[in-house]
Amino acid sequence: MNARFALPSLVLTGAVIALAGCVPNTPAGADAVAVTATDEGCTLSAVEAPAGTLVFSVSNEGSSATEFYLLASDGSSIVSEVENIGPGLTRDLTVQVAAGDYFTSCRESDTADAVPAAFTVTEATGEVEVDEERQALLDQAAATYKAYVQQEVAALVTATDEFVAAFVAGDDDAARDIYASARSHWEAIEPVAESFGDLDPSMDLREADLAEGEEWTGWHAMEKDLWQPADYTPLTVDERTALAERLVADTAELSTRVNADDFTFEAFQIGNGAKELLDEVATGKITGEEEIWSGTDLWDFRANLDGAHEAFIVLKPAADLTDTDLSTEIEERFAALDAELAQYGSLEAGFLTYSELTEDQVLELSRLVEALSESLSQLTAAAVAA
Amino acid sequence: MNDTSSPEHGATAPTSQQPDAGETRRGPSRRAVLGGAGVVAGAAALAGGGFAAGRATASPMQLRQYDFFGEHQSGIVTPAQDRMHFAAFDVTTSDRDALIGLLRAWSEAAATLMSGSELGTGIAGGSPLAPPEDTGDATGLPASGLTITFGFGPGLFVKDGVDRFGLAGRRPAALIDLPHFPGDTLQDRLTGGDLCIQACADDPQVAMHAIRNLSRLAFGVASVRWAQLGFGRTSSTTREQTTPRNLMGFKDGTRNLKAEDTENVREWLWADASDGADWMAGGTYLVARKLRILAEIWDRASLSEQEALVGRTKGSGAPLSGGNEFTDPDFTRPGADGSPLIPTDSHVALAHPSANGGAMMLRRGYNYTDGADDLGRLDAGLFFLAFVRDPETQFVPMQTAISSSDAMTVEYVRAVGSALFAVPPGVPAGATLDGSDGAYIGQGLFT
Repeated sequence: MNARFALPSLVLTGAVIALAGCVPNTPAGADAVAVTATDEGCTLSAVEAPAGTLVFSVSNEGSSATEFYLLASDGSSIVSEVENIGPGLTRDLTVQVAAGDYFTSCRESDTADAVPAAFTVTEATGEVEVDEERQALLDQAAATYKAYVQQEVAALVTATDEFVAAFVAGDDDAARDIYASARSHWEAIEPVAESFGDLDPSMDLREADLAEGEEWTGWHAMEKDLWQPADYTPLTVDERTALAERLVADTAELSTRVNADDFTFEAFQIGNGAKELLDEVATGKITGEEEIWSGTDLWDFRANLDGAHEAFIVLKPAADLTDTDLSTEIEERFAALDAELAQYGSLEAGFLTYSELTEDQVLELSRLVEALSESLSQLTAAAVAA
Repeated sequence: MNDTSSPEHGATAPTSQQPDAGETRRGPSRRAVLGGAGVVAGAAALAGGGFAAGRATASPMQLRQYDFFGEHQSGIVTPAQDRMHFAAFDVTTSDRDALIGLLRAWSEAAATLMSGSELGTGIAGGSPLAPPEDTGDATGLPASGLTITFGFGPGLFVKDGVDRFGLAGRRPAALIDLPHFPGDTLQDRLTGGDLCIQACADDPQVAMHAIRNLSRLAFGVASVRWAQLGFGRTSSTTREQTTPRNLMGFKDGTRNLKAEDTENVREWLWADASDGADWMAGGTYLVARKLRILAEIWDRASLSEQEALVGRTKGSGAPLSGGNEFTDPDFTRPGADGSPLIPTDSHVALAHPSANGGAMMLRRGYNYTDGADDLGRLDAGLFFLAFVRDPETQFVPMQTAISSSDAMTVEYVRAVGSALFAVPPGVPAGATLDGSDGAYIGQGLFT
């Protein structure tokens, strides 16, 4: 429903120090480098540290928001950063670094001219695991995932055209046949679509989500007209046509946006997207609330799961640098849920409707979703590393 | 305008047992059963357990006692106690005198319960052939800061188009029918009610005992429609209280209207005769919403996301624009990319008085849990209670904004119950509660 992808300040503010054990040379409780930021600039408690995991604990004692950057030896390319530290607040930046020359900078938002200060990372004794390849893997993940999103949206455009043709023509049997499989291309990338805050309400709003007097458009308004409850006034041909035209136009706009040159992903958005897809399953599909008229929740379930799996696969190489046990566990839990869901159908052959599941079957699905979700919620931190 | 600066419902000194708390005493003192009114801690231990034993120790909070009488009802600006039992009732009669009789019985019983005394002839003072007049489950326990607050729902005035009690013309304009808010998934059996009782105390058993016994007095006139137990306060209503955390793990109610803010209390809390309903002067309106938190899903959100959704840090509760918990949020202070440090769709950005025309409310909600749902998930959340002078302007616009735009609410919270009540003024000090002509809560509505 909402645009968590798009939260403006949802940046990685550090503080993701979980997943210990990946950097053997760092003594537990190693002192962080204290960074004190004021309106004039920032001072560090040390200008040198051994290679491995470094923690910069940045306290903003100034009067406006600040940020802190670890820069490469060229003094400009960013190795890692923590942003949006309000006055009086402290944020940690955790980063894995190899020995070498670096710079730090604590630019204030308003005065971006602070001079970077030299910072030296010395050779560490003992084993050091440094992720020089991580960024390359994350870049690859972003490119792969973007291609996946574009492919799903292209399929959605085609399927939507086919669906609305039947819907407008009044061929309800055909429209009902196409409805769930067409929507699966939406459900697979739903968090991306939701990140465009204006398109999601127009395309995918459920009746209960409407404010009083608000116009209802999109898939679910058409769903209700195809699976009409008692005491329902059917849509007129003109009303059907208007809904159809709007859905086609919205879908075209979605396609335009995901194919724009400046449409990019950051790794954390992919990982959070996977989590959100499972959240969708847990809150909407496992309860039969999403497709309340058609009962086609298991199609959506399948598509959400496929989308989450794709996100996991593209992030797995980077996550494996941190913790291979995690991706093993996630893979196992995907497999268990896959097997359970496969008992009830497939996208190709169709699924049981939600009401055909027994309480015990729903419970088992729910337990597997919860287990997978719990593991998957660790994926972003593992992939981005910290 | 009412004089909100006058002291009301003052707590007796924590160390005072007040076995003879004046005219509010009706039945036997519950603590006296233990064999010494002045003996507090230790008495229960000596009793050796069994039915007569109270808590092994009673904290100073549990010895607090509030006065039933006052210009306003208790349980509103009273420092929020730690526990709550709330019940909404359907009035099952059309007999106006029976309804008045119930309000009279409830008022007298409330005064007795708040004084820490047993009802009627107590647990053992009546006929051996009759059931005890007090159920006995709070016997041995101190007053525990119990407050009892009564409210009238829309159904008392007109229900299903019928004016059962000749009160339709006296319904306050402020007692609106709440609109449907986006995302509401209200269950009929958790929504509405003709009457309500909020019982708050620092001992859950005392609060529960109050609702149980008041419900018992209502049989034949009103029956419980829904009820809710709350186990932890989520707001502070006075400056001396620390800000508690809700089940999302964040401090809640930092910007709450506090009892000490007399100007704001006068402007935003207490109804005045000039508001349109003279019988509500000194009263207020209570919004009750049962908000389930999707706990498992919330717990999987990253710290950055949680903080961005709330608009405050999880640790100290400081706004993301900086400072400490009580620093005013700066909704314009920019971050690195020029957009505000506090996201515009964060909870604090949408709920803050500055986003709502300065409107404030006195929040007095409680964390609740009803155990687990059918899928084994935590069935828990926030039982939101807010007292306002005018729900139409102080609650509806804010809730509409939150229900449609607050990403935290939209993603992680489900409203499952909702109700609005008119909370009449208190029974003035010096009034007599006894007998068939005694004073009672809401008397102004019937005269």
